[in-house]
Amino acid sequence: MDLLPALPVVLPLLVAAALVGLAPVCPRPVADAAAVATAAVVTVTCLALLAISLDGSVVYWFGGWTPRDGIALGAAFAVDPVGAALATLAGVLATAALTFSWRIFEAVRTLHHGLMLVFLAGLVGFCLSGDLFNMFVFYELFSVAAYALAGYQTTNPGSVRGALNFAITNSVGAILVLAGIALLYGRTGALNLAQLGQTLAPGPPDRLVMVAFLLLTVGFFVKAAVVPFHFWLADAYALAPTVVGVLFAGVVSELGLYAVARVYWTVFSGPMAGVEGLRGVMLLGAVTTALVGGVMCLLQHHLARMLAYATVSHVGLTLAGFALLGPAGVGGAVLYLLADGLVKGSLFITVGIVDHHLHDVDERRLRDRGRHMPWAAALMVAGALGLAGVPPFGTFLGKALMEEAALEAGTPWLIGLFVVVAALTSAALLRATGRVFRGLGGPSPGGSGGGAGSGAASGAEPGYRDHHRHAHPTQVAPAVLLLAAAVAVGLAPGITGVVETAAARFTDRAGYAAAVLEGVAGPGAGVSHPPVPLAAPAFWAVLSALLGLGLALAALAPQRVPGRLRDGVARVWGPVAATMRGLHDGGIGDSVTWLVVGMAAFGTLLAVVVR
Amino acid sequence: MRFLPYVVAAWLLLVGLYGIVTSRNLVHAIICLSVAQSSTYILLLSVGFRRGGTAPIFLDVPVGTRAVDPVVGALTLTDIVVGATVSALLLALAVQAHKHHGTLDPERLKPERD
Repeated sequence: MDLLPALPVVLPLLVAAALVGLAPVCPRPVADAAAVATAAVVTVTCLALLAISLDGSVVYWFGGWTPRDGIALGAAFAVDPVGAALATLAGVLATAALTFSWRIFEAVRTLHHGLMLVFLAGLVGFCLSGDLFNMFVFYELFSVAAYALAGYQTTNPGSVRGALNFAITNSVGAILVLAGIALLYGRTGALNLAQLGQTLAPGPPDRLVMVAFLLLTVGFFVKAAVVPFHFWLADAYALAPTVVGVLFAGVVSELGLYAVARVYWTVFSGPMAGVEGLRGVMLLGAVTTALVGGVMCLLQHHLARMLAYATVSHVGLTLAGFALLGPAGVGGAVLYLLADGLVKGSLFITVGIVDHHLHDVDERRLRDRGRHMPWAAALMVAGALGLAGVPPFGTFLGKALMEEAALEAGTPWLIGLFVVVAALTSAALLRATGRVFRGLGGPSPGGSGGGAGSGAASGAEPGYRDHHRHAHPTQVAPAVLLLAAAVAVGLAPGITGVVETAAARFTDRAGYAAAVLEGVAGPGAGVSHPPVPLAAPAFWAVLSALLGLGLALAALAPQRVPGRLRDGVARVWGPVAATMRGLHDGGIGDSVTWLVVGMAAFGTLLAVVVR
Repeated sequence: MRFLPYVVAAWLLLVGLYGIVTSRNLVHAIICLSVAQSSTYILLLSVGFRRGGTAPIFLDVPVGTRAVDPVVGALTLTDIVVGATVSALLLALAVQAHKHHGTLDPERLKPERD
C-alpha cells in the first residue's frame, strides 16, 4: 500500500529493461503479453490511486526523506485526483495501443515494446510528481522515448525529419523549462512544488518570478503545441507508427497543458493572483490555437495528419478552460481532456486499421475503397461525433462545464468558439469518412495524388503489409473500448461532483501545501454546486455537429451549394488556406524561429499586463 | 562581475538558438542544441555559487564552513546526462537519415506532402 504510488513508474521501467535485455531470446508473443500485462497493471494501479486520492492526496517520499518542520528535503510523488486521472488515461491508451499492435506490427521487435513502456513510465511519473525538477526529469524521459518512437521507421524520410524536428524543438522547450527551474531555485532554494508555492506566496511577483513563469509556461506550451509553438507537431504525430500516435495525440500534448496548470496553481497562483490580464493573454493563446488547428485540420487529406491538427485545435479548447483560471474551468477542461484523449486514441487506431487494410491513409487516393469496411466507417463517424462533443460522449459534459465556467467568468463568446472549432474538426473527419467509405465527392480538382499509380503510400508502414481480409478482434476491440470509455467518463454517476471536488483540490494551493508538507489530508469533499444546466450545451453541441456535417457535405458536393455562396466562401477561404499551408510548410529552423517569436510575444504581453 | 555568468548563460542560449535556426546540416544543428543546453549548466552552477565557498564535502572541515550549494551540482549532473542522451539519440537519427536518404540537409528530407 505504502509503495503503491511508486509502482506504476518502477514496474514498466523494470519490465522494459528486462524486455530489451532479453530481446534476442524472447519470443514475440511473450514480449507482447508482458508489455500488455504491464500496461494493464499500470492502468489498474493508477485507477486505484485515483480512487484513494479522492479522499485525500497520497504523498510518497522517496527514500523516506519526509519534510522536517515543514521544509521539504526529499523528492515526493503527490497524487491528487487530476494527476491520477491523467496517469490512468496514459495507462489506458498504452494498453489499447499495445493490444492493437499485437497482430499487425510484425516488422518491429521487442525494442519497440521496451520504448513504449519507458514512455509510459515517464508519462505516469510526470503526472504524479510533486517536485518541479522531477517533473523535468520525467518530461525528458518520456520525450526521449517519444523521439525514438517517432523516428522508428528510419526508411521513411518524412518520419526521420519529423522526429528530428520534434526532438530539437521540444529539447529547446525543455531547456527553457530547466532555466525557469534554475531561476525559481535561485529565488526560493526549493524544488518541491508545495514549498515553492509557500515561499513565493506572500509577495507580489517580482521580475525574476515573472521571467521564471514565462520560461516554464513557454517550455510546457511547446509540448502542448499551443500556437505558435506547434509547427513540429504534424510531421511527428502523423508519420510516427499509428500505435505511437495513439499516445501522442491522446495524452502527450495534454500533459503540456496539465504541467502549466499544475505549476500555476501550486507555485504562481499566490504571487500572481492580482494579475488581472493573465486570463486575457491565456485566452488569446487558446483562441489562436483552436482556430489555427481547426482550419489546418480541414485542409488535410492525410488522415493521421488530420488527427494531428485536430489535436492542436482541441488543445486550444482545453486551454480555454484552464485559461479561465478558476476551479470550474479547470474541472471542465480536465474532463474534456480525458474524454477527448480517449476519442482521439480510438480514431488513431481506426486510421491504423484503414492503413493496415488499404495500405494508404490519403483520403483522395482512398476514395470509395472502404465500402467493405462499414464498421470502420461507423468508428470514424462515432469518433467525429465524439470530437464534436455530442451527448453522451464525455467531451459533451466537459464542454458543458467549460461553457458554464465561461458564462460565470463573463466570456460567453467562448461558447461560439467551441461550436465553430468542434464543427471544423468533425467536418474534416466526416468529409473523409464520406469519401473513403461511401465514395462521395469527385476526385478533388486540385488533388495531386488522385487515382492509380500512387505507389508510395505516405503513411503505410512496412509492418502493416500483410493481407487480412477481415479485421482481427485485437484491432477493432481497442477502438470500440476506447470510445465506450469516452462515453462512460461522461455518464458515470456523480461524475460532475467528483470533477468539481477534484478541481477544487487542484486549485487549492494552501490545501496542497498542507497535504504535502504537513501530511494533513485536508478537507477533501464539501463542494456543493447547483447541477449544471445541460439543455443549452446540448443545443450547442448538436448545432456544432450539424454545422460539421453541413461543411463536410458542402466540401464533398460543392456543385450543390448555391453559386454565390460558393464563390463568396471560395474568395475568403482560398487565401486563408494558401497562407496557412505556406506557414506550415517549414522545417526545423522555422519551428524554432516561431518558438522564439512566440516567447517574445508572450513575454511582451505578460510585461504589459503585469505593469 | 556578479552578473557575468548570467550574461554568458543568456549568450550561450541565444547563440545556440541562432545556430539551430540557420542550420542546413543536421549534425551542426545537434551541436548547436548542445551549446544551447550548456547555458543551463552555467545558469544552474552560478545560481548555487557562493564566493569563497569550498566544495560541499563536510567530512574534515569545521561546522559552519561556507560551501557552494550541492543541490545545483546534482541538478547539473542530471542535466548533463539528459543532454547526452538527447544528443546521442539525435545523432543516431542523423546517421540513419544519412544512411537511408544520403543527406544531412533537413530541407532535402522532405516528407510527401498532401
